[in-house]
Amino acid sequence: MKITVTVNGHTRTADCEPRRTLADFLRHDLGLTGVHVGCEHGACGSCTVMLDGATARSCCVLAVQAEGSEITTVEGLATTSLTPLQESFRRHHALQCGFCTPGVLAVATELLRDNPSPTEAEIRTAISGNLCRCTGYHNIVTAIAAARDHGGSSNADAPPQPPGT
Amino acid sequence: MKAARFDYVRAATADIAVDALARGAVALAGGQSLIPLLNTRSRRPEVVVDVSRLPLTGVEEDGSTLVLGALTRLRAAETSPVVRRAVPLLAEALTHVGHVSVRNRGTVGGSVAHADPAAELPAVCLALDAVFTAQGPGGTREVDARDFFRGPHRTALASDELLTGIRVPLPPPTARHGIAELSRRPNDLAITAVFTSITLTDRVVAEARIAVAGAAPTPIRAHAAEELLRGQALTPEVLTAAADAAAAATDPVDDVHAPAAYRRDMTAVLTRRALRQAVVG
Repeated sequence: MKITVTVNGHTRTADCEPRRTLADFLRHDLGLTGVHVGCEHGACGSCTVMLDGATARSCCVLAVQAEGSEITTVEGLATTSLTPLQESFRRHHALQCGFCTPGVLAVATELLRDNPSPTEAEIRTAISGNLCRCTGYHNIVTAIAAARDHGGSSNADAPPQPPGT
Repeated sequence: MKAARFDYVRAATADIAVDALARGAVALAGGQSLIPLLNTRSRRPEVVVDVSRLPLTGVEEDGSTLVLGALTRLRAAETSPVVRRAVPLLAEALTHVGHVSVRNRGTVGGSVAHADPAAELPAVCLALDAVFTAQGPGGTREVDARDFFRGPHRTALASDELLTGIRVPLPPPTARHGIAELSRRPNDLAITAVFTSITLTDRVVAEARIAVAGAAPTPIRAHAAEELLRGQALTPEVLTAAADAAAAATDPVDDVHAPAAYRRDMTAVLTRRALRQAVVG
């Protein structure tokens, strides 16, 4: 089936089978390798992207279901420079192998958008669906908390997100 | 793993969806339960009918009943001011259903129709005497929550019926609720969870509802425990008796997550916690 989506501000069209997950569609058909495919059944959170303004595990969405949707992958988070959240991840060593990072950035970006002053417990709950095999959670929490303290997760010049679900 | 091949139909109307179901298709809503099963090839349907774009969304309250369209996203229901005001037990229970990314996609009808015995929403619907609306080839019918859950992932829905709505009778404004859930991580599926709603008159229980998830092949109501509470003040002795009665109502299984005896014991502990939370807040 022919699928058209808007990814990181660009309209993209490709053919795929109905069984193609959105994760595989983004990664393999559109070449967005920032979409990391881990467990493929909604357990690890690595493939999380923004879908119509809300995070979604792209392995648990069929590409055909996303027809006409607006998607932001990790490639679309930074425009001219890293977002404050990404800067904070770099400053606080919040990634080691980097496999979980795109998914964690997606849920943390959503968290700080919806709740600009999360407690540490709220931060931990927000990332609890994202597994880090390096077990670098401590620095991830530190980085999100630091981004919170320095205000916001997005670039000022980033396009506004459409409203939630 | 990757899903086996299937044909895909995007239903433009509920009638088209029901027609596809009658010809053997499986219904795809938010996909948070079905797509993992497809990806692991636990299910290999020939046809998937996508109902997620049907206009069965939204939350309404008419003074006596809260009505949820089956395709209302879990997150939308959770954050709805109407749900929070009218049925706070439901709003709070929804915060326990999966992670935010899952609730952004998953639907209330999908969670009910998936009928996982450890899931929160089926248990809360049971506690609140919800009524489900199903559309089939012959029209629509209503099924009480107490008649709906038949076994793990088995419901009263016929294979050619589509769940279209959930009606929840409003609890009295004075009702208080408590939720106690045991899970490995926040927002994981419950090992065992207890949902209570009680109404007090002069510190005496006028009405009590207790539902347990993850301790039987379906969510269950602890009717004996409810009966025991009615007309009583919540003394430590009464709480213990109700907790024991709730545990006695369970029929748990041993699995990789927990032994049956642990689930039964935890039902008593969680019942006491949920009741105390309902009273103390």
